[in-house]
Amino acid sequence: MKTFKTITLLFISALIFTACNNDDDDASLPVPVNEEEVITTLTATLTPVGSGATVTLQTRDLDGNGPDAPVVTPLGVLQANTIYNVSLVLLNETESPAELINEEIEEEDDEHQFFYQATNNVGMFDYSDFDGNGDPIGLAFTLTTTDAATGTITITLRHEPVKDAAGVSDGDITNAGGETDIQATFNVTVE
Amino acid sequence: MKYYVLVLCCCFFNISQSQNCTSTFFGEVHDFHDGTPIIEASIYIENLEKHTTTDHNGKFSIDNLCEGLITVVVSHLDCDTKRIEIEIKGDTFYEINLEHHIEALNEVTISGASNSKLTKTSQETILKTKTIERYSALNLGDALKQVSGVSSINTGNSIVKPVINGMHSSRLIVMTNGVRLQDQEWGIEHAPNIDINTAGSINVLKGANALAYGGDAIGGVIVLKPSTIKLKDSLYGKTIISGQTNGRGYNLNSVLTKTYKKGWYASLQGSLKRFGDFEAPDYALTNSGLNTKALSFNAGYKTFEQGFNVYYSYLNNEIGILRASHIGNIEDLANAINSPQPLVISDFSYDINAPRQEVTHQIVKAAFYKRFKKLGRLDVQYDFQNNHRFEFDIRVGDDRDKPAVDLTLKTHTIRTSIKLDSKNNVIYEFGLNAGYQNNFANPDTGVRRLIPDYEKYDLGVFAISELKINNNTNLDFGIRFDYNKIDAKKFYQTSRWIERGYDIDFSDIVIDDIGTQLLTNPVFDFYNVSASAGLYHKINDKNSIIFNYGLSNRAPNPSELFSDGLHQSAARIELGDLRIKKETSNRVSGTYSYQNNAFSVNLEAFYNNISDYIFIEPTGVEQTNRGAFPVWSYNKTNAAIFGLDLTANYKFNKQWSFNNKSAFIKGRDLKQNEALIDIPSFKTVNVLGYANQKWLNFNTELQSELVLRQNDFPNNNFEVFIPTTQEMLEIDISSTPPTYHLLHFQSEITIDLKTKTSLNIGLNVSNIFNTTYRENLNRLRYFADDLGRNIKLQLKLSY
Repeated sequence: MKTFKTITLLFISALIFTACNNDDDDASLPVPVNEEEVITTLTATLTPVGSGATVTLQTRDLDGNGPDAPVVTPLGVLQANTIYNVSLVLLNETESPAELINEEIEEEDDEHQFFYQATNNVGMFDYSDFDGNGDPIGLAFTLTTTDAATGTITITLRHEPVKDAAGVSDGDITNAGGETDIQATFNVTVE
Repeated sequence: MKYYVLVLCCCFFNISQSQNCTSTFFGEVHDFHDGTPIIEASIYIENLEKHTTTDHNGKFSIDNLCEGLITVVVSHLDCDTKRIEIEIKGDTFYEINLEHHIEALNEVTISGASNSKLTKTSQETILKTKTIERYSALNLGDALKQVSGVSSINTGNSIVKPVINGMHSSRLIVMTNGVRLQDQEWGIEHAPNIDINTAGSINVLKGANALAYGGDAIGGVIVLKPSTIKLKDSLYGKTIISGQTNGRGYNLNSVLTKTYKKGWYASLQGSLKRFGDFEAPDYALTNSGLNTKALSFNAGYKTFEQGFNVYYSYLNNEIGILRASHIGNIEDLANAINSPQPLVISDFSYDINAPRQEVTHQIVKAAFYKRFKKLGRLDVQYDFQNNHRFEFDIRVGDDRDKPAVDLTLKTHTIRTSIKLDSKNNVIYEFGLNAGYQNNFANPDTGVRRLIPDYEKYDLGVFAISELKINNNTNLDFGIRFDYNKIDAKKFYQTSRWIERGYDIDFSDIVIDDIGTQLLTNPVFDFYNVSASAGLYHKINDKNSIIFNYGLSNRAPNPSELFSDGLHQSAARIELGDLRIKKETSNRVSGTYSYQNNAFSVNLEAFYNNISDYIFIEPTGVEQTNRGAFPVWSYNKTNAAIFGLDLTANYKFNKQWSFNNKSAFIKGRDLKQNEALIDIPSFKTVNVLGYANQKWLNFNTELQSELVLRQNDFPNNNFEVFIPTTQEMLEIDISSTPPTYHLLHFQSEITIDLKTKTSLNIGLNVSNIFNTTYRENLNRLRYFADDLGRNIKLQLKLSY
């Protein structure tokens, strides 16, 4: 009889334990998280030296790493034999108001570098901004066009590249290493 | 009254069988708990008044008996007296098991004795203290590889997940001092949070036949038990200290135990590990250091009749992840795979920078047991676990020191069981488990939650029977019912919600719409039935066989249901599926054992058929601003996994011995008719051993480890457009690394300093020839070679 009393007592205490656990219910709902490091939007504004129209190239991916593909300016039309001053604006538009990513890059400019590549000789690139060590950053640069051509321009931002590796300060990505933060390819035509 | 019936029976037999009185009754008396012979047990044939005692092998024999029924009373000083009725028919052998109380008292564990098997009819292997001590500086996963058929899936060399017969993560149960470990075991890069130094012995059970621990252990169960506590007035301890060249670090472990004859005991254990960057043969593995702090306290009171145990353990692991494995997009991955060396190699350092993990695991347990005469034993246990996991990625700006993952998993469990073991031939055990789990994902990370906030409820009941048919045959049956409920609160990106088609199937679970994201409340109920059956048969003194069958069901884990997003370290987008159902495993296995004085062999075969097997496979490519990423989705198929594990030992003489462990395994996806991913390749380990007691207990081993290339793998390669080179490039993530062969050496001596103090000195060299190799089941094989040579000196002081 005593045996059964003990068993019963233990089972009851077991149930109390379980019951207590259920009280942990947290009624409050979780708060949403907006990705802080996502670059949703990259806008390159190309202003010709001298006369001509300003050209804007943009890639915008409002769902960040989500399934929707970025929306990219379908075609940039550039003038032949022209020097363009180009400035980049990078935004995280998942936050409201949108966060200007340029600030972070400028603060840690020695850990960031943009790389520019063109196909079919649509243009040549030169860095216009440099970090404290005299190495290029690439938020501002010049694009020089020559003859008429059709091709692409690829803009890549690397985080923690090896800036002193061979060719990197000249804008060659081959030995840069680091991690890609953004990469965008634009179709352009030079006429 | 009984006596008269007996006498009548005897008369009947005597008459019908015409007085044949030349039979011998002989047999052996063993301890019921560990099978050791019991010396000087009294054997008394009550109805004939004949008496004898067992010899030093526990054997006895009584001559000139008539055929018929006899009543034998077996008694021994330390044991319960036992009365058995035996029919004598010619020369009759009988094995008698006594409940040896003193033996039982020496065990602190809640069920079963340490260094003894938990089951009779399962494929089970035990790692003893001596083996565990050898792995003091390493991980649980490393030590378990001593068992044939157990391998590991690694992220570098500090995150080592055990793999039993090709199964890992949620398909294994890890029990530590009676507590089922709950530490986000679903992730490949989440190793079990256990300090191996807390274990006195480890039982590895292949397959799902140990239903007391859970019904979802499709792969098996790993049971870590604390060291046996001897009940005498004593204070003892041991300290292990080791230093090694690779990682330039040390390991320190110390344990002190106080015991009292009356049953009280307390034990305190702590360990520290600190390693810097490890080294491959040709370069440093930058940011692969480790910093571990662990503490455990175990105390209680035990007698044969009742006892309790309280246990607390704390473990903090700070693990560096190879710097070169942190990549930004698929182009970086292609660069990393194609580069013969890691893309980031720095000088040796003890610093652990991002990417890194910091995990703290705490366990609190209280357990109580009581034995009831002529009934059995009741166990009640409550445990609480708190697992706090941080993962730090390489981030910029203000987020630099902010974790990317910050999860707190709290689990409460209550277990009770009653074991009816008063009869010698049959044991029944009934049990009930109830659990509550709460996961909290801290939103302050600034990274969308990898695993959502959820609450999980578990309820399980089981019944197990162990039948002893005769001295040579045992039968086990078990059945278990489990109920799991998972109640999550998860944000989905609206675009993802629609892309997955959830807007059609799950529109009723949306509880809030904040524009770009939806808050949903997925609730799932799972009802599972598991069953097991096992047979052990001893053919003769040398040969024995085991057959068993296990049915188990596993509910999908949170990662399989809810994964959603970019997995930076793998450069892929991983997607769970709310539609995933439970998976069902039917496993049959057979074991053949042969043993004589010099030679022993153990051959284990298994076939595991898993329907609705949950696995992750590439299903497409998604474009983001970082570039293109392959999408890997959790999916289900039917799988068959089968294999053969061999362990063989041969003793040439007292000094020389040879040992072989080999494992062969195949995994097939039966729907797509191709190989399964992440199946271990063929491995064979040959060990030549030499021991000489005269030379300070000198013990040495030369170990050869051969791992063949895995030729059976699914082709998951994919092509992407690389903007930098303006080319389509095939990313080869499937091809497996080549065959490798490693040689290891270990040796030890033991010096007795005083009567109860001894010093054990061990010298180990692993990868003697500094061989360059990569292991298929190491996630970092795309980025770097595996470890180079390591020389380790270990001192163990027992006092």
